[in-house]
Amino acid sequence: MSDQSTEFTRLPETDEARDDPERATRQEVLGFWAERFGVPPETFEGYTFWERGAGKLWLYQGSPPSPVDIEGLGMTFLRTRQEHWKPTLEAVQRFGEHASQNVIHLDADAARAFVAGEDQELDWDGDWGYLVVTHDLAGEAEPVGVGLYVYGELRSQVPKGRRREV
Amino acid sequence: MEPLDRYRPIIDDFEAFIDACERPLPSAIRVNTIKATVERVRTALADADIAYDPVDWHDGLFVLPEDSPGANWPYFHGWIHGQEEVSVIPATVLDPQPGERVWDACAAPGSKTTQLAALMEDTGEVVATDNNLGRISALRTNTERLGATTVAVTHEDGRNHSLKPFGGEGYDRALVDVPCSCEGTIRKNPDTLEDWSLSHVEGISGVQKGILKRAVEVTEPGGTVVYSTCTFAPEENEAVLDYVLDEVACEIVDYDLPLDHAPGITEWQDERFDPRVTNAKRIYPHHNDTGGFFCAKLEVPAE
Repeated sequence: MSDQSTEFTRLPETDEARDDPERATRQEVLGFWAERFGVPPETFEGYTFWERGAGKLWLYQGSPPSPVDIEGLGMTFLRTRQEHWKPTLEAVQRFGEHASQNVIHLDADAARAFVAGEDQELDWDGDWGYLVVTHDLAGEAEPVGVGLYVYGELRSQVPKGRRREV
Repeated sequence: MEPLDRYRPIIDDFEAFIDACERPLPSAIRVNTIKATVERVRTALADADIAYDPVDWHDGLFVLPEDSPGANWPYFHGWIHGQEEVSVIPATVLDPQPGERVWDACAAPGSKTTQLAALMEDTGEVVATDNNLGRISALRTNTERLGATTVAVTHEDGRNHSLKPFGGEGYDRALVDVPCSCEGTIRKNPDTLEDWSLSHVEGISGVQKGILKRAVEVTEPGGTVVYSTCTFAPEENEAVLDYVLDEVACEIVDYDLPLDHAPGITEWQDERFDPRVTNAKRIYPHHNDTGGFFCAKLEVPAE
């Protein structure tokens, strides 16, 4: 399967149901969100997970017959087949409100720098790795994207095409 | 403005129509209820010092008299989407319900696709078709930013839409917002009439007929189809409806539209159209100070 493939295949439910040991299972995906961010597995009830190309997972609500060869199926959701799985900005904006750990809250200036794609030195007592980034919008903390925290620095993971000077 | 002269016989107060076409149109935004409420968007716009005016017929629409929708916090979060007032009409007329299956036949760049998903509370399934990969890329960008999880995107000509990827199931409703000569967007794109030609209008009319026919075919008995364009040309509007009434089993039905409008016309030059096309609605720029639009509601008979 190449990155250019437009074929989506539905993730197997569990380890017993998969042929390729590198392929993520639904159970592992739910486990990742629960362990890393404290997102309860029931948050994803009613959603199906699909892989397109190597390791790129999509989240959808319908259940078309697998495989399905089309241009898009719901939203991009999680990058797998690498040591540290990485949620997409869109997944965090849509489901990040359910996260209870590895969430870093930024003030207005830091949030602006984050969405402009800048890396910044920040204090953080928690785990290194991918974090859900939030800031205040319309009076409430709102998930805005994914940051990578390493060596005292929050590295913005906002994709180039999504960066904005707000 | 010259191509518009041919509409003098069918438009009341033609001078007011031309005057309106010459005035630029301010930006408008639609609240994306998949990710935010109207109240939170109001607060976020006010916090960002962005002036916004309400639109009296739709509480999730705002006109931005001074700004464009792009670089601000509510946009970055996918809480708002730049969408012209009249472009919001067809999805509200289609009125899809949560859990239904809907086909968006000419979907890119996805303003109406994501509006359909929002109206369905992002449940069910919206199959979004387009024949242009570049425009599909814009559609994908918009469905992602707006957080829709129920949109499946297919690359094909709507005239030959295949139900195969989804196991052959038909649709509860279909939206057919076709490519057109775009005369009604003149206030937004003043050069839109520069390439106008009757042969283009007549050519695209054939494509429109094929797509609308396919939409009626793939909609289940008792289902609804909405046909819309952003143009005034009867060749692309009533003539398309007249063709489909002859070709496939369907009705054109009346509907409520809380905006000033004129009925579809039954006579154009040497042509006569089925009287049922008067249930379609023509929206002219001088009616409501908007862009121009055409919208018809079709029903597929129950078995």
